[in-house]
Amino acid sequence: MMESGSNSREARRRTPTPPRDGFRFALGALVLALLLIVATAAVMWGVKQTMTANNFRALWADGVLVLLTLVPLGLLRPASRSLQESRAARLALQSENLIAARVHSSEAHTWAWFTLGYAGALVLFLLFVLFFIANNVAVGRTFFQLELIRNSFGLILQAFWVNVVIFLFAGVFSLIWGLVVAIAKLLPGKPAQPIRFIATFYTDAFLSLPSIIVIYLIGFGLPLTGIGFFRNLPLEALAVLALTLTYGAYMAEVYRAGLESIHPSQWAAARSLGLSYGQTLRFVVVPQAVRRIVPPLLNNFIGMQKDTALVNVVGVIDAFNQARIIASNDFNLSAVTTVAILFILITIPQTRLVDRLVERDRARFRQGS
Amino acid sequence: MSFLKIRNVHKRFGANEVLRGINLTVEEHQVVCLIGPSGCGKSTLLRCINGLEEIQAGEIRLHGDRITGPGVDLNALRRDVGIVFQSFNLFPHMTVLQNITLAPTQVLRMPEPEAQAKALALLKRIGLEHKAQAYPDQLSGGQQQRVAIVRALAMEPMLLLLDEITSALDPELVSEVLNLLRELAREGMTMILATHEMGFAKEVASKVCFMYGGVVHEEGPPEQIFTNPQHERTQQFLSSIIEAGRL
Repeated sequence: MMESGSNSREARRRTPTPPRDGFRFALGALVLALLLIVATAAVMWGVKQTMTANNFRALWADGVLVLLTLVPLGLLRPASRSLQESRAARLALQSENLIAARVHSSEAHTWAWFTLGYAGALVLFLLFVLFFIANNVAVGRTFFQLELIRNSFGLILQAFWVNVVIFLFAGVFSLIWGLVVAIAKLLPGKPAQPIRFIATFYTDAFLSLPSIIVIYLIGFGLPLTGIGFFRNLPLEALAVLALTLTYGAYMAEVYRAGLESIHPSQWAAARSLGLSYGQTLRFVVVPQAVRRIVPPLLNNFIGMQKDTALVNVVGVIDAFNQARIIASNDFNLSAVTTVAILFILITIPQTRLVDRLVERDRARFRQGS
Repeated sequence: MSFLKIRNVHKRFGANEVLRGINLTVEEHQVVCLIGPSGCGKSTLLRCINGLEEIQAGEIRLHGDRITGPGVDLNALRRDVGIVFQSFNLFPHMTVLQNITLAPTQVLRMPEPEAQAKALALLKRIGLEHKAQAYPDQLSGGQQQRVAIVRALAMEPMLLLLDEITSALDPELVSEVLNLLRELAREGMTMILATHEMGFAKEVASKVCFMYGGVVHEEGPPEQIFTNPQHERTQQFLSSIIEAGRL
């Protein structure tokens, strides 16, 4: 450290900044909370009137409505906390306690934002309820007719099994086929050039084709060719073939990215030990690559699951097709809602799994030396 | 007949000629140290000897048999010539034990129990038998490099190539790796090292080669190279090393 005398530069002094005043923000949050309490009560009253108009009377439903009306009262807690803290901040500032003022002000802002966040969610919920009961519950009737859902559920579930079988087979096949194509694309040397070319053309072509067209061409076209093998295949098998060809191309691209991400030094290490090209792929490169690409592979897998609903274009009675038949019989879409819910139910656990795997990979990367 | 004879080897990467006519002879049980500034072709030469890089001209003979050019069984060559890399290059998805037994079981078709017993014996020798089930990223750099050396030794090579194997290590971990090399040298393992460890080269090498500009500029016993270098460029290199306090 230099003495100030020997240094010509004046030492700079720092003037402390006072905290932001949170009083008006807190007041705004409180007003918003009060408004939402009134709005919620109004919406629930509307729901009650719609129920009466439709001769729906149930004690439990009334109970639910009352409970929902009480929910926004919870907003008063963070709002009033915010107000208290901002007042405390003002008082601390008056007694020149800057540090306490900062702490209180920061608390006041946090609680005000808290109020705003929950209020926003509540607004969305109220809008949805209004949409649902609009036009004398038209939305509710069209999509959520409970009786139809209950009656058609068995048929839909049975038909959904067709989707499950298709995507399980197509999933396993496309995982294998994709790896084969990816390796073909990466074969080294001049003699393998034609193979590489074909593999590249295949992936390019099927990446650009909409899967619905592939399903249409294969599902209708192959039986038309009259070749014995294809003529006797069930439609479901042709759907599996079409989805395998389409998603095999997607999977191949993911595999290729994974294989190329393995550092050349791993190849050098394996080959220098006398392992052949194939052994290096099998024991060193593919196992490492697959670990890295599990999340994107699973994403493709989920995408394919959803595309199984497209097989209805060739007349496979899958869940969607079954639901459409029911929908046109009853002039109501509730059975389709069932299908939507089934797809959501099987997909959400998988997307959460993908998230988990991605997070695990990231954690390992952070920790890795 | 010499053990390893390198004659007029040229290697180009595109327009960049890295090796411009290397001549070098290595006898059995010799330890040859390649020294020289970065980019002089030490690593490339080692990679050419076990066929990781193709050469454009010249030839390399092992026991009189030509090991460069078309038609050479590289997998068979690499069973006899092992290499250890600067960055260890262990397989991160395999345990230490699996790293060592992979090549013996898959390439030499050694039965699994036998390969494991042998690997454990080698690990015991370097004091790492308790790490057999660990994964490479659970080891220190020095431990990883010793495992990498043992992985190469498990193939019982007749020649071991070591490519700046201590350059990526913390100074305090260098000695554990060098001690292992000293031991191997005492047992008569034929080795070629590309190295910046001048003290080690001085102590262990049977022959030191100063490489510069893609050729072997000067070679001789360590006493001669380090105390009485003949060429001006060698003198410059050594004096800069001394200035940096590395000799």
